[in-house]
Amino acid sequence: MDTMFAETPLVRVKRRRESLARGVFFCMSVAMILPLVAIVTYLVVKAWPTLSWNFLVDIPREGMREGGIWPALVGTIYLVFISLAVAAPLGILAAIYLSEYARDNWFNRIINLAVINLAGVPSIVHALFGLGAFVYAAKFGYSIISASLTLAIMTLPVIIASTREALASVPQSFREACWNVGATRWQTIRSIVLPNSVSGILTGVILQVSRAAGETAPIMFTGAVFYKAVERGTLLPYYLDEQCMALSMHLYTISTQVPGVEESLPYATAVVLLGAVLLVNASAIALRVVLRSRKKW
Amino acid sequence: MSPNTPYCIATKELSLWYGRFQALIGVSVEIKHGLITALIGPSGCGKTTLLRCFNRVNERYGNVTTTGEIRVLGKNIYDPDVSLIELRKAVGMVFQRPNPLPISVYENVVFGLRIHSPARSLTRSALDEAVERALTEVGLWEDLKDRLHRKGTALQLEQQQKLCIARLLPLKPRLILMDEPCSSLDVEGTRAIEELMFALKGQYTIVIVTHNMAQARRASDECLFMLMGELIEHRRTEDLFLTPQDHRTAEYIEGRYG
Ligand SMILES: Nc1ncnc2c1ncn2[C@@H]1O[C@H](COP(=O)(O)OP(=O)(O)OP(=O)(O)O)[C@@H](O)[C@H]1O
Ligand SMILES: [Mg+2]
Repeated sequence: MDTMFAETPLVRVKRRRESLARGVFFCMSVAMILPLVAIVTYLVVKAWPTLSWNFLVDIPREGMREGGIWPALVGTIYLVFISLAVAAPLGILAAIYLSEYARDNWFNRIINLAVINLAGVPSIVHALFGLGAFVYAAKFGYSIISASLTLAIMTLPVIIASTREALASVPQSFREACWNVGATRWQTIRSIVLPNSVSGILTGVILQVSRAAGETAPIMFTGAVFYKAVERGTLLPYYLDEQCMALSMHLYTISTQVPGVEESLPYATAVVLLGAVLLVNASAIALRVVLRSRKKW
Repeated sequence: MSPNTPYCIATKELSLWYGRFQALIGVSVEIKHGLITALIGPSGCGKTTLLRCFNRVNERYGNVTTTGEIRVLGKNIYDPDVSLIELRKAVGMVFQRPNPLPISVYENVVFGLRIHSPARSLTRSALDEAVERALTEVGLWEDLKDRLHRKGTALQLEQQQKLCIARLLPLKPRLILMDEPCSSLDVEGTRAIEELMFALKGQYTIVIVTHNMAQARRASDECLFMLMGELIEHRRTEDLFLTPQDHRTAEYIEGRYG
């Protein structure tokens, strides 16, 4: 019986199909990476003539046709920082309530539903809301405050969702252990749940940096301007009730609104925006890795 | 709470609903001081639920309604002056899967003390002493005294389960509830936990849920048989196994279902 275990024609067909399927899936995953690599390479090559330290710290000159991006860079940092300083505590506290305290009743179900739906609202709608709520109703005017709060409202539901996910990843049995020695919910959260979910919570918050930094519509409606004269390299050029420049907005402006801009300028701006976002995301991943390696259960 | 009441736990017509699903149906049971009482019954009959009633921790599991009376050490635990924290200190629970907290062995043992006392009132020496006493009582001290700062979650399962028992002791509980404490342990671990139960018996009243009929038989003084949320039979363990009064008990211990 030397044909024992030999391949039958049917098996051969199956095997061919298997390797075909494998090949297709592999190509697809490569196809996913290619555009990213292509975009980054293209941007960097195009931006190369302009990229320099001077480009970062100089102000736009000659009607934004030359010079650097300092005011926009600082403006973006302002907006992102303030919006997260508002959204992170609110979102984390709300998430803790929803995950650890709220009972399963109609009221909390509605809150839950609201949070999920809010995360899907297009940013242009947030922009309009921010305009109505912060610029006009709250009388903050077109300002960094209005723009930051608008961004905060936009990132809030996502922070709530990611925080809840992080909290849910802490095994229920830890909570049971605490409850059964008489710990209150708050003691349980503080001593066990938070220390074991902090990496997930922080990662979720940090990932929102890139979202807040990249949005244009919400800040354009509420507090970002085309041009604002500041001094080259100053660290704190803006007051909070002023308008400011921002990278995303600046990119839009010099790409579409100003004729005769040096070609590499918008690309360099895009590279800075992309670089900043990648840097922040990488730090989120690094943080996660470090904190993860410390916990084991 | 007077220790002179005849029963450690006494429930009257205890019913419990999860939402609209009734998990306990008119359970009246009396559990004696200082004995090991086993709780047996097929999966889903409400053993865990009944156990969780005794320290009212059921209320943390969502939409729970309870009717009837539960007295622990003579005190109705639904009286308005009952503090859940004090109740849960007195009635500790051990779980099916050992669940030490993801902190050091030392911190696991003093966890209860820490959350129940202001930080300044705990001296280092008092804590050290509590750790040594609790770990000695569960027979872990010799093994772990040099490794107190390892994570509780890094121990072997049997040690983890002992640690979970040790965690209760500094709070001076009166009652220890064990929910299938051996079901994730091997034969050795099971024997070790059973020996520990015998050692703790008398000083603490123990209620143990088990799926293992042989374990109920060898390790308990009294035995409760539950079926579909009802208490069917409660007698001395030998009597229950030798001469069950209810035909459903007989069928269960013969292995006809469950
Ligand atoms: N939190 C809960 N919400 C809703 N129903 C629940 C909840 N906990 C338990 N139940 C239901 O109550 C019934 C009794 O559950 P319980 O866990 O007390 O059974 P058990 O006897 O401990 O079972 P097992 O031997 O599998 O541990 C089961 O039908 C279960 O599905
Ligand atoms: Mg159970």
